[in-house]
Amino acid sequence: MTTSSSLQPQGVRLEVRGVDKRYGARNVLKKTELVIEPGEFVAIVGRSGCGKSTLLRLVTGLESVSGGAIRIDGDPVDGLSSSTRIMFQDARLLPWKRVQDNVALGLPPAQRGAAADVLARVGLGDRLGEWPARLSGGQRQRVALARALVHNPRLLLLDEPLGALDALTRIEMHRLIEGLWRQSGFTALLVTHDVQEAVALADRVILIEDGQIALDLRIDLPRPRVHGEAAFAQLEKRILDRVLQKPDVEATPEPTWPGVPAHGLRWAV
Amino acid sequence: MTQTIRELQVSPLADAVDLPIEGPLLPAPVVRFARHIAQRLLPWAVPVGLIVLWQIASSQGWLSTRVLPAPLEVVKAAWTLAASGELWTHVKVSAGRALAGLAIGGGLGLLLGLLTGSIKLFETLLDSTIQMVRNIPALALIPLVILWFGIDESAKLFLISVSVFFPIYLNTFHGIRNVDPGLIEMGRTYGLGRWQLYKQIILPGALSSILVGLRFSLGLMWVILIVAETISAQAGIGYLTMNAREFLQTDIVLVGILLYALLGKLADVFAKGLERYWLRWHPGYQA
Repeated sequence: MTTSSSLQPQGVRLEVRGVDKRYGARNVLKKTELVIEPGEFVAIVGRSGCGKSTLLRLVTGLESVSGGAIRIDGDPVDGLSSSTRIMFQDARLLPWKRVQDNVALGLPPAQRGAAADVLARVGLGDRLGEWPARLSGGQRQRVALARALVHNPRLLLLDEPLGALDALTRIEMHRLIEGLWRQSGFTALLVTHDVQEAVALADRVILIEDGQIALDLRIDLPRPRVHGEAAFAQLEKRILDRVLQKPDVEATPEPTWPGVPAHGLRWAV
Repeated sequence: MTQTIRELQVSPLADAVDLPIEGPLLPAPVVRFARHIAQRLLPWAVPVGLIVLWQIASSQGWLSTRVLPAPLEVVKAAWTLAASGELWTHVKVSAGRALAGLAIGGGLGLLLGLLTGSIKLFETLLDSTIQMVRNIPALALIPLVILWFGIDESAKLFLISVSVFFPIYLNTFHGIRNVDPGLIEMGRTYGLGRWQLYKQIILPGALSSILVGLRFSLGLMWVILIVAETISAQAGIGYLTMNAREFLQTDIVLVGILLYALLGKLADVFAKGLERYWLRWHPGYQA
């Protein structure tokens, strides 16, 4: 990175005030209240369909609230913002662009060198000219992380970015994400279904249940955190017990997002 | 000549049969090499054998030259035509027609496919009409085309354009519709504008499908060209063969047929080359 960490913009303050989100008759979020301080790392856990991904999409500006308001540094979120970057569960790399061009997506051509710098920071400095198809799952997510960080975001949103990776690669990625977050000072909001991941990374773990915040727990463990430690395991168990307390009454799938319909057909004549 | 070809053909077969018996006498790499050669040559045994058989049947007089001329006669006819320059003029005229038709029909197909694939209004406006017209075989239009354009160049161009239009249109349309919505969403969150989104995500995502359409179109292009040139022409490969037919020059007719095959193959190789270059990011095209 060309800018030193002292020049890095500070993280944003995120306020979620009385937010409702409805899809038809279904109330996904109900009067949700949440404040995240600048530079804080917050993890949201919950069962699938609880509304945690929806909250993330609202913060990104990909969708708009049905009621209430989301404010970033006091300004209401209205559409996509250049200081917010999101990392998706699947890396969503463009398969027809080489690694460096993927990271440089949306950057002015003059700043292409910054892409190489960030790739070096995530440990892929020697794979700049590789096609994404040649990378492993963990490497792809590291490219996606570099692509998010190259814009110096003040708010980084992580939508279960490590869900598809194996256990060892996940631990590696936790260290990488934690290290980059501490260097850059952005505000981070992680959505995950893995309680261990939440405890390993976050300052605060928030549990969403039925569209409402059911638990807001501060994690005061020193960093870097060790998975096997007693205090770590205790916190993990406490959150997990709370998650499992409520029986899985409805296994409703996450709402499908409106998008371009994908036909599996290809016509010749 | 015939003799040598036959010997070439027979020897690998003989090796393959003999070697297991002689195996212990020969060093292993030699055996493996001979097997490898046999494996490579074996697929050619049937076509070469057939040509040899055909040549023998012709030279022995079992096969009338009015039915099929000897392969050597065909080669000779091709040589004379090439030497006089006649061959190249006809090839040039035919290839020019085919490519002009492809440029017009394919260009329109690409343009309309991009429009209907990207803009909802154009899809509702045009797609169902195009889907209806698609079901009319281009060749069924011949009587109408002759009435409209007579039997000159524009009739041939029209037929080729109409037939190459649909594969490119349909595959462009579906290629654009099949672009992963997740990638488009990602592009939007990374601040790409409409044009950048189109250039960097939608078009490259649709490209493999568009190229499939191009390959179908190239195949169809030659079929329609042959029919169009056979109906009436003053130059071109079709004219060459129809003219030769009147004079019972079966060797020239065969040269024409082989030329069509060669041009078709060339077009396919070209399309494959495009695929290999543009889709080089795809694991299927990487060595």
